[in-house]
Amino acid sequence: MATNVAPSDDGERKALDSVVIRFAGDSGDGMQLTGTQFTQSTALMGNDLATFPDFPAEIRAPAGTTFGVSAFQINFASYDIQTPGDDPDVLVAMNPAALKVHLKDVPKGGTIILNVDAFTDRNVARAGYEESPLDDGTLDNHVVIAIEINKLTNAAVADCDVTSKEATRCKNFWALGLMCWMYNRDRQPTVEWVEQRFGKLPNIAAANIAALNAGHAYGETVELPSGVEAYVVPRADVQPGTYRAVTGTEAVAWGLVAGAKKAGLELFLGSYPITPASALLHTLTGLKPHGVTTFQAEDEIAAVCSAIGAAYAGSLGVTSSSGPGIALKTEAIGLALVTELPLVVVNVQRGGPSTGLPTKTEQSDLFQAVYGRNADTPLPVVASRTAGDCFETAIEAVRLATKYMTPVILLTDGFLANSAEPWEIPDADAIADFPVEFRSNPDGFHPYLRDEKTLARNWAIPGTPGLMHRIGGIEKDYDSGHISYDSDNHHRMTKVRAAKIDGIADDIPSQEVATGQDTGKLAVVGWGSTFGAINQAVRRCVADGISVSHIHLRHIHPFPKNLGDLLSGFDQVMVPEMNNGQLVHVLRDKYLVDAESITQITGQPFKVSTLESEIRSRVGG
Amino acid sequence: MNVETPVEALKPNDYASDQEVRWCPGCGDYAIVKGVHRTLAELQIPLEKLVFFSGIGCAARFPYYMASYGFHTIHGRAPALATGAKLANPDLDIWVVMGDGDALSIGGNHTMHAIRRNVDLNLLLFNNEIYGLTKGQYSPTSQLGTRSPSTPQGSVDAPLTPLTLALGAGARFVARTFDTNQKQMPGVLKAAHAHKGASLVEIIQNCIVYNDGAFDGWTDKKVVGDNSITVEHSKPLIFGADSNKGIARAEDGFGIRVVTIGEDGITEEDILVHDETNKMLAMMLADMKQPEFPVALGVLYNNPSKAYDEAVHEQLAAVKEANPAGTINEMLRKGRTWTVSEGA
Repeated sequence: MATNVAPSDDGERKALDSVVIRFAGDSGDGMQLTGTQFTQSTALMGNDLATFPDFPAEIRAPAGTTFGVSAFQINFASYDIQTPGDDPDVLVAMNPAALKVHLKDVPKGGTIILNVDAFTDRNVARAGYEESPLDDGTLDNHVVIAIEINKLTNAAVADCDVTSKEATRCKNFWALGLMCWMYNRDRQPTVEWVEQRFGKLPNIAAANIAALNAGHAYGETVELPSGVEAYVVPRADVQPGTYRAVTGTEAVAWGLVAGAKKAGLELFLGSYPITPASALLHTLTGLKPHGVTTFQAEDEIAAVCSAIGAAYAGSLGVTSSSGPGIALKTEAIGLALVTELPLVVVNVQRGGPSTGLPTKTEQSDLFQAVYGRNADTPLPVVASRTAGDCFETAIEAVRLATKYMTPVILLTDGFLANSAEPWEIPDADAIADFPVEFRSNPDGFHPYLRDEKTLARNWAIPGTPGLMHRIGGIEKDYDSGHISYDSDNHHRMTKVRAAKIDGIADDIPSQEVATGQDTGKLAVVGWGSTFGAINQAVRRCVADGISVSHIHLRHIHPFPKNLGDLLSGFDQVMVPEMNNGQLVHVLRDKYLVDAESITQITGQPFKVSTLESEIRSRVGG
Repeated sequence: MNVETPVEALKPNDYASDQEVRWCPGCGDYAIVKGVHRTLAELQIPLEKLVFFSGIGCAARFPYYMASYGFHTIHGRAPALATGAKLANPDLDIWVVMGDGDALSIGGNHTMHAIRRNVDLNLLLFNNEIYGLTKGQYSPTSQLGTRSPSTPQGSVDAPLTPLTLALGAGARFVARTFDTNQKQMPGVLKAAHAHKGASLVEIIQNCIVYNDGAFDGWTDKKVVGDNSITVEHSKPLIFGADSNKGIARAEDGFGIRVVTIGEDGITEEDILVHDETNKMLAMMLADMKQPEFPVALGVLYNNPSKAYDEAVHEQLAAVKEANPAGTINEMLRKGRTWTVSEGA
């Protein structure tokens, strides 16, 4: 459904060019929902935006505790932005714990909207405050709007035939309503969503809508502290086209489906629930009409094995997980590699090692993707940089898997999977098809016959008359495909498997410079979801005349052919990563370049300001 | 051009590949591969529709000796690969060959779930109660006290009984036979094949190198009549060289016992009649062990319910009918979108 949203011409509102809002509350308070709805409205208003959902691993941690705080940050603007913002201009804190966790990020003079009803002695103590922060001067440097949100919500829904517990649960919609008023967001998309979501519970739907409207009305009528007023953030001047809000999870799912269609294959997903990759299983399950079969396996190993079995039978095999699950799949990935079957392995990275920080983002599985298997087992590794980019990288992963008959690892992360951005919907018809041709001719057939150019083996699927053959994990003879323990043959097969993957470098675009000149003093090389933060930092520095460029890799293995030459054009190379230094080692190994590592392993995305100061400290300004 | 395989012409040897068989001379697997070739010829399954999956172990070499499609996978995971293949192409006729370590130790989880999901797979479990390929370690079916390189003083952990495990996991078809029983094997395999859903056939197999003679006590020609019983649906559970022994209800009403017709007032009337749809009976028969009981052979349980792959595809078809797919562009534009026009 296309909705036309006219830019606001509300003369009484103060125009801002960008705002960062953070919603924070108990994990049961519905903060993710509130943020998502605000995002939808903001996207429809035509702003550019980026979001950062940040939630605990516990589904419902004990109420009122700091470890149970769930937050959702959105940065929206009238210009092109690339990150969810460093620090919030406005913090909506639904309880003392949310204030306790997030206050440190709110700059002096920032606005804090508090639900005072939640500031009971018990909650204040549970959050770790000795005294109520409302009274002890903690908030003196901020503009505080303290509102009895529970009480006002209960009053708003009094006629809605809901229990008092259900009434209180509407408070997130009340807060959403107030923010919609403050930033001139349309409530209609949220109303429609509520009606659809609670279609079978009309009283709950009515209560949520009543709370939403009451929050909005409160803003219109009440006198707010000085310094707080109604704002408008004009729409961003973006490229004409059709847009939607997209998360990385959705974009990966759509990209995989689009890729399978471009290849002319059905898609089979074998998966096992794991944070933060489960949503991909859910999303693909919703795409069954597009030739998708999803299988929730008994474990990670069965998940990848079922996908390999499906690939053997002629489908595009896909498996999705996060680092610990990928570790379990490792032996089977080796099987797909040696039997040369197409398989896409999606790793939605999270904080590690082991269980680590399941709901926090990290990019520490690069070594695992590039090197993490027994024996000589090279395979293509592709990394997504933004939510929207996940669509393109997923298609690229499918293209490489089917064209080169190989498992491909697609790296995303928890931040990309959950964050949303406006996305100019591409014309899928403009993306070239790459149809798979199954072998059908029995003349001269054996399973390891290779395409001379790509070195991919021919794909003959069960059910094809005359092509019966056996494959498996034991080394096969180069010339017949039969079992072979011959030493020279193993050397030859190992070399051809490596040459096949190396050859992909000829089939991928040259590495481009995202921002800045092709040569200069400093190259900032990144990969994955750090794109936005690095790019914004580099742009600011370039605007100040600093000689710095941003190079962002999509293909981690093999690298684009020109990458070595490109890096040699810079005096210094700096590699910021949300890990303890991984890509930096691969670059140093491959190109003997004196690359320097910048690390952040906090479970949080880089701040633009952090990277900006790292750049300035090296190349002045 | 593709030439249809002339199905009428298929003989047992047509199911054999041209590869040299590399099992130890005298291995029970030779007999099993012969029995499978014979069964397939009787069923006249087109070679191109036939797929053999296997894991790792001696038994797992099986696909290389078949002229069909075959996939020698990794240790314990064959049922998981086969499940994916069956879901991707339900027309395939899929057989999975597993050893006892493969299916019950490293791959126990996959075996259990393939069974409880009831995927339409013919699961052949070659049980020799030992690890052969890794040179003789005890396996999860090895008898208590088995001396092996990893248990030189004898194993102290209880073995599991594959068919009771399968029944516990919700199996709808379990059967048992042994390698040299070529008279019985094709019939059992055909019944397994006819059953739509997961069919587990335990094939007792002699490892001539590491566990030779482990089953002689009931498979040897001299004793097989007295120490095993071949069950048949709706026939009385009578066995013995003189056909005078039988399985009767235990005196206290629970469980079963071995009786002799003509002794202690026992008549044929007292002998239980095999009902292959009775799970409790199947459980008791599967659990019968020497020396107290004869080992039960044949189809112990056969009580079909809908196969998983069939149910999955029914659901897919229903979803597709209710929600026509449309193009990629339509998929990408479903839901809320907005349009920015030129000069806006």
